[in-house]
Amino acid sequence: MRTRFQQGLDDLKANLLEMGGLAESVIEAAAEGYTRRDAAACQIVFGREKAINDAERHIDGIAVDLLAMQQPMASDLRFILAVLKINADLERVGDQAVNIAQRALDLISGPVLDIPVDVPRMTTAVSTMVRRALESFISANTEVAEAVLQMDNVVDRMKDEAFVTLVKQMEKDPVNIRFYLDALLVTRNLERIADHATNIAEDVIFWVRGDDVRHGQGLVKAAELEREIDDRHSH
Amino acid sequence: MGVAIEVQNLNAWFGKSQVLQDISMKVDANHVTAVIGPSGCGKSTYVRCLNRMHETIPDAKVHGNVQVGDIDVYGSGTAAVDVRRRIGMVFQKPNPFPTMSIYDNVAAGLKLNGYNNRRELDDIVERSLRLAALWDEVKDVLKKKSGSSLSGGQQQRLCIARALAVEPELLLMDEPASALDPISTGKIEELIFQLKERYTVVIVTHNMQQAARVADYTCFFLMGKLIEFDKTEKIFTTPSDKRTEDYITGRFG
Repeated sequence: MRTRFQQGLDDLKANLLEMGGLAESVIEAAAEGYTRRDAAACQIVFGREKAINDAERHIDGIAVDLLAMQQPMASDLRFILAVLKINADLERVGDQAVNIAQRALDLISGPVLDIPVDVPRMTTAVSTMVRRALESFISANTEVAEAVLQMDNVVDRMKDEAFVTLVKQMEKDPVNIRFYLDALLVTRNLERIADHATNIAEDVIFWVRGDDVRHGQGLVKAAELEREIDDRHSH
Repeated sequence: MGVAIEVQNLNAWFGKSQVLQDISMKVDANHVTAVIGPSGCGKSTYVRCLNRMHETIPDAKVHGNVQVGDIDVYGSGTAAVDVRRRIGMVFQKPNPFPTMSIYDNVAAGLKLNGYNNRRELDDIVERSLRLAALWDEVKDVLKKKSGSSLSGGQQQRLCIARALAVEPELLLMDEPASALDPISTGKIEELIFQLKERYTVVIVTHNMQQAARVADYTCFFLMGKLIEFDKTEKIFTTPSDKRTEDYITGRFG
């Protein structure tokens, strides 16, 4: 066994999981900022985003060192390549959470409106995807990763529905267009996070099986997964 | 031009000990194939069976078919000497004829084959040394310096030039760079890349990074069996067999 190399791989995994935890926490905090009009929650997002950026640089450094010094092959090589890509996706998740927090602060500055879009439900779906994608990474489980790919379609549909609803609302209440636009951008940011979770799941499949499944997957279990989101959301 | 190789059900023994079991593979012409595997897996024996070197060892035995271009290597009417002339070989340790000049080292095979036209010999020696990327370093001392006066890396390129001088159709290399420093290794690897335009090359190497750098195809041997044979990029990124994966990731055993 290559002890030093294995330690490096373990170190990489541990750091990425820590970063994953941070990314999950900023999604929740940003959504809370929006849902509860909570400016303090938004500030938490801004603070943690810096930690995510630092973690990204740290993980890149470990990965580059391992590539240069250990010349990994086969599944080890795929693992490190997957980590590099997942790392970039998690950093982008942090950026999207910051965008959501900024929209939330703008909303907080305005009147309390009845915005007919279920952002909490969409947030649950998106954070479920991120969590599941990270679970698939921890356990090298491609079935879980495939489930994440299918969930992406559910979130896409939520975003499309939100778009129609919010456009109608803007027509009905043009004075507050700015705030409906904030909500629209929040759904778009959430949908982007779902895309990053999808990328992570694809990278896990690449690492474990060596298959490139990017750009287009089946929807077989979408209904089943939607039920799961409903269940989690109601708890 | 290089030729294709087709090996069918190749088995080899040292006395009663079977060292190759039912090896079959096809190698395309003008490609580099790397043979990798742990010590004692049969990789050197395999390449030595391709040019009938294996049978030079007492008690060694071979069964099976090897077709190299139009040569039926183990055909009843095929002479081992003819096979070895048409299939060149370079060994781990450079082995120039120590007292011969650089020129005579390269010309030795041709002279043995009855060449004596001075002008033709001069041309072939120059061409072979150029192909082996050694010409510029030795052109002024061709007949003044002996083969053994060169550095290790130069000696190995001299041996490659000697092998190329008889215009082989296939070039076998058994760990040709394992005794060389990184600069000389780089030169040999670059040379292998250039040589495949004219020759088919099979290289045995312990260095997996070297296999990954130079070979179009890689085969993995384990305990006398061919476990996997595929494009090099496939072997080193997504091997099909777990034993290959374990070997190339260093988790073997």
